[in-house]
Amino acid sequence: MIEIENITKRYGDAEVVSDVSFVVEPRTVTVIVGTSGSGKTTLLRMINRLVEPTSGTIKLDGRDNRAMPAYELRRHIGYAIQGHGLFPHRTVAQNIATVPVLLGWEKSRIDARVEELLSLFQLDPAIFGPRYPHELSGGQQQRVGVARALAAEPNVLLMDEPFGALDPVIRAKAQDDLLAIQKRFGTTIILVTHDMEEAIHLGNRIAVMDEGRLIQYATPAEILAKPATAFVETLIGAGDRPFRFLSLNEVGEAVEPGTAEGEALPVTVTQRDALAELLWSGRTALPVEADGKRIGRVTVEGLIKRAARPA
Amino acid sequence: MKLSLPVFLRLFVLALLICFLVRPDWFEPVFKPLTQNNAPVIYNHGSLLTLTLQHLRIVFIATSAAAAVALALAILVTRPIGAEFLPLSRSLVNIGQTFPPVAVLALAVPAIGFGEKPTLIALFLYGLLPIFENALTGLTNLPVAVVEAARGVGMNERQRLVKVELPLALPVILAGIRLSVVISLATATIGSTVAAKTLGEVIIAGLISNNLAFVLQGGLIVGILAVLIYDGLSAVERMLARRMGLSVARAA
Ligand SMILES: Nc1ncnc2c1ncn2[C@@H]1O[C@H](COP(=O)(O)OP(=O)(O)OP(=O)(O)O)[C@@H](O)[C@H]1O
Ligand SMILES: [Mg+2]
Repeated sequence: MIEIENITKRYGDAEVVSDVSFVVEPRTVTVIVGTSGSGKTTLLRMINRLVEPTSGTIKLDGRDNRAMPAYELRRHIGYAIQGHGLFPHRTVAQNIATVPVLLGWEKSRIDARVEELLSLFQLDPAIFGPRYPHELSGGQQQRVGVARALAAEPNVLLMDEPFGALDPVIRAKAQDDLLAIQKRFGTTIILVTHDMEEAIHLGNRIAVMDEGRLIQYATPAEILAKPATAFVETLIGAGDRPFRFLSLNEVGEAVEPGTAEGEALPVTVTQRDALAELLWSGRTALPVEADGKRIGRVTVEGLIKRAARPA
Repeated sequence: MKLSLPVFLRLFVLALLICFLVRPDWFEPVFKPLTQNNAPVIYNHGSLLTLTLQHLRIVFIATSAAAAVALALAILVTRPIGAEFLPLSRSLVNIGQTFPPVAVLALAVPAIGFGEKPTLIALFLYGLLPIFENALTGLTNLPVAVVEAARGVGMNERQRLVKVELPLALPVILAGIRLSVVISLATATIGSTVAAKTLGEVIIAGLISNNLAFVLQGGLIVGILAVLIYDGLSAVERMLARRMGLSVARAA
């Protein structure tokens, strides 16, 4: 659990983060969104004390994060820096091994971990391990940066725009990988992004920042349904809102009794994807199947109702 | 490594130099036209090879000491605790450079006598500035994201210095050492005026006896040494920089 209590950061006269408080539950993903310069990075860096707050406290599992030396603390908190920050004079494998080496892991364990992480991020260990960072593409560098942050199996992972340089295909893949990793290790993740789509996809909760203040801290559904201010509403984008809303849930929840013509949709696709498929195929209803068995159908009319603002 | 033309040329020059140092008499015909009245063609007051090694030794000792001190100073003033000494150490090192080596010799001899020591002091003082300035440049112009990452992964101050900052600054630091070595190689010749064993002896002997061949031999050996060492160190810098993905070392 991460408790952020009345955190304020001032640089000279400028208040960059103003009295922010929220609690991140263990084993969840919290996404911080906001416009450029709204204090997201600063807030994130106060958690691992790369920045010291002007006032307020941050507790990790009940312990003040100032209870141990800063470098000690940082070895137990993964940090994927904005713009990757790989060490240019060290190979990819050495970069990933950084924190395990600092923690004094055995060599065989380090090697195994490096190999595991590279494979996890679709980078062949034999090819990419011995390369230097400048010999990778921007997207590969970013994945190595995330792998380095994960290397020592930290309970808490801070990520600053980790997928910024990835193309949409790899990006979606990396997001799903991250969620899989998060589930597997039970990591608590705080992730910063500009991208509301990413926030809704990844976040159990979303923290919206504007000019250093926390405007809203809520689940994606709540943020979409009841944006706290006009600013949050603009961030969501009025045009995309109903579709984003549909993207939160799987089609299974929208199944109606009955049958329909056409190719069946798997029960696990999102309602947004189901609607898209309906519109694209020109039908008003499609069958839905689970484990190869048809369990009902989904209709355009039914989905449209679900896309409407909740009362 | 492929034996490209530049590499071949350097190896050839090196071989020529070694030949000349070991068997200078082979080169008599080359220098013969520069002498008059049957004066000796090849320097004959001692072995050229020994003098060259002694010359290199003085340069090596002086530059190593200058490098150690300049680097230590640069590291100190780029740490938070030493920051306030930056202006002071800058001026000290600058004085070392602006004070002519000849003047250092003139002042040092009465104090510590003739021989190698005054020369070492003069070369040491003269060599500090390029190394210090380059180390300072290297240690203060590190990529911000990389330094942040070093803090972010939990390195303490010493680990950051040893594992990240120094390796990243190394090409620039080496460039400073290279400049210092080359300056010292040339400057060391004046050490012979206070009885240090350097190649200056050959040049001075030539000047005294009006023997152009001697002057040229001393000058050529120093010049070729400087070019080869300069070249070799540049190659090391380039290799390091290339490995890090920097196009060229940011040499000062
Ligand atoms: N060390 C510093 N000294 C002074 N001002 C700073 C410092 N670091 C950040 N700021 C200011 O604090 C504000 C917030 O910066 P921060 O990096 O937290 O923004 P951000 O939300 O992460 O923006 P982006 O999305 O562009 O990364 C900015 O106006 C920035 O100029
Ligand atoms: Mg930022």
